[in-house]
Amino acid sequence: MPSETVIATFYVFILAAFLGYQVISRVPPLLHTPLMSATNAISGISLVGSLVTAGAHQTTVSAVLGFIAVVCSTTNVVGGFVITDRMLKMFKRKTTSATKENSE
Amino acid sequence: MRTYFIEFSYLLASILFILGLRGLSHPETARRGMHLAEFGMAAAVIGTLLQREIISYEWIIAGLLLGSTIGLAMGVWVPMTAMPQRTALSHAFGALAASLVGVSEYYLHGAKLGEFRMCAIGFEVLLGSLTTTGSLVAFGKLQGLVPGTPLVYKGQNIFNLSLLAVTIGCFILLLFYPGVAALFYLMLGLAFIFGILLVLPIGAADMPVVISLLNSYAGLASAATGFAISNNVLIIAGTLDGGSGFILSIVMCKAMNRSITNVLFGAFGNVTEKAGAASAGDMREAHLEDVGVQLAYARQVIFVPGYGMATAQAQHALRELANTLEDRGVTVKYAIHPVAGRMPGHMNVLLAEANVPYSQLYELDHINPEFPTTDVAVVVGANDVVNPDARDNPQSPITGMPILEVDRAKLAVVLKRGGGKGFSGLENPLFYKPNCEMLYGDAKDSITRLTQAVRQA
Repeated sequence: MPSETVIATFYVFILAAFLGYQVISRVPPLLHTPLMSATNAISGISLVGSLVTAGAHQTTVSAVLGFIAVVCSTTNVVGGFVITDRMLKMFKRKTTSATKENSE
Repeated sequence: MRTYFIEFSYLLASILFILGLRGLSHPETARRGMHLAEFGMAAAVIGTLLQREIISYEWIIAGLLLGSTIGLAMGVWVPMTAMPQRTALSHAFGALAASLVGVSEYYLHGAKLGEFRMCAIGFEVLLGSLTTTGSLVAFGKLQGLVPGTPLVYKGQNIFNLSLLAVTIGCFILLLFYPGVAALFYLMLGLAFIFGILLVLPIGAADMPVVISLLNSYAGLASAATGFAISNNVLIIAGTLDGGSGFILSIVMCKAMNRSITNVLFGAFGNVTEKAGAASAGDMREAHLEDVGVQLAYARQVIFVPGYGMATAQAQHALRELANTLEDRGVTVKYAIHPVAGRMPGHMNVLLAEANVPYSQLYELDHINPEFPTTDVAVVVGANDVVNPDARDNPQSPITGMPILEVDRAKLAVVLKRGGGKGFSGLENPLFYKPNCEMLYGDAKDSITRLTQAVRQA
């Protein structure tokens, strides 16, 4: 790997770390559980690596490993986003649903 | 042209992920943010599928279908009370995926890997494997499959640290001799074992820290994958995940006034009698009708939920009680300690599920000054987070931990399953204070009966 690429990758890493710190420290404790499940879903982006491993089909072993990896990361992506949305839907400022609750 | 399109999809995904997380800074914008992130994920996946390296799609389609089915089933059916377990399990999945991609890369290229890629793959496999097994143990503890108490034996820390040293030794040797496959698989196996041994000695009450830390490792494993296959979106998303887990671990540690090292190697929750200074006096059992009257005629009531509320699934009953009180003109607030429950934000989610508006949920610093003017504070299955020893007794193992000052309320009512000690095994002097009354029994049941008592008052 050319050294320029290596250096560029480190730039990306460091900048992402700074940006991540800024963005994430603004998340209120109220939303810490959704935050964790959201970052989990997002880091399911390792699906990208898994897809290439599974699809390049160089050997059966790598294809099987890739297949398991695809299953794991897809589970995280889909499950993570669905659960995060389910949680966020519940957070309400006022009891707007109080009337709805009574009518149920 | 195709390469530009693929790279553009990754860039778009990175931007949308960051905007998505930024949306989480407020509950009103959070859902919209997550939709952006979902869109970003879809873009990245479509971009990847167009890559020339991918020549066959059977495995991919099968994997995507199976994963989506499992993910959707979990997403729809997992109850909110089981959120900590699910999170632990998803850390295991994410880390396993990263680890397997690393193993496959090594299997294919082995000795031909340069130092840089070998280093990245080493990190990926090391972090990925130990996070996989560590998260599975955490899952077992949270689900009750593995005893929640710390599992300790003599020389444990020395044994674990030597194991870690050997594992890292293998990793360093691999950088010089990437062709020696035995080293790689030895490192892989040891990392799996180390993950188990790392989490076994940690008590269930410390799970908020452990989950956050494993979150961080899983993210960093993804980032390392990005380094190994030089893919920027992987690096960015992995770093965001890793950073978020790291920040949360620090927040959790601060909320317990302990260091990460202490959590990992301190085997907390195993404290025996020695530290808890025998408290004088007796615990007073509350009379249900009296408490009902006190609540009904209070001006302000603060509820303090803990893990006991989650185990008893009492959040809906609690909301019912709060509604009844509010109908009578009582001001109701909820005090949330950062480490109440088994994962960061656990209580907030459960209360939101029960339709409690988030404007009624208060953090430590905002609610503590209000306890002295509060008529009744009701502790629902919390213990250590309301232990006044943390504030008053410098000898206490939890000294310095910020607490909810329930003991300063005019009346504190503690809902508890039995007379036993809390998770840490410490005596709680709060229970012996003259302004404290105990209400034994299942939390949900007690709350339902309290609601009836309030209605009759």
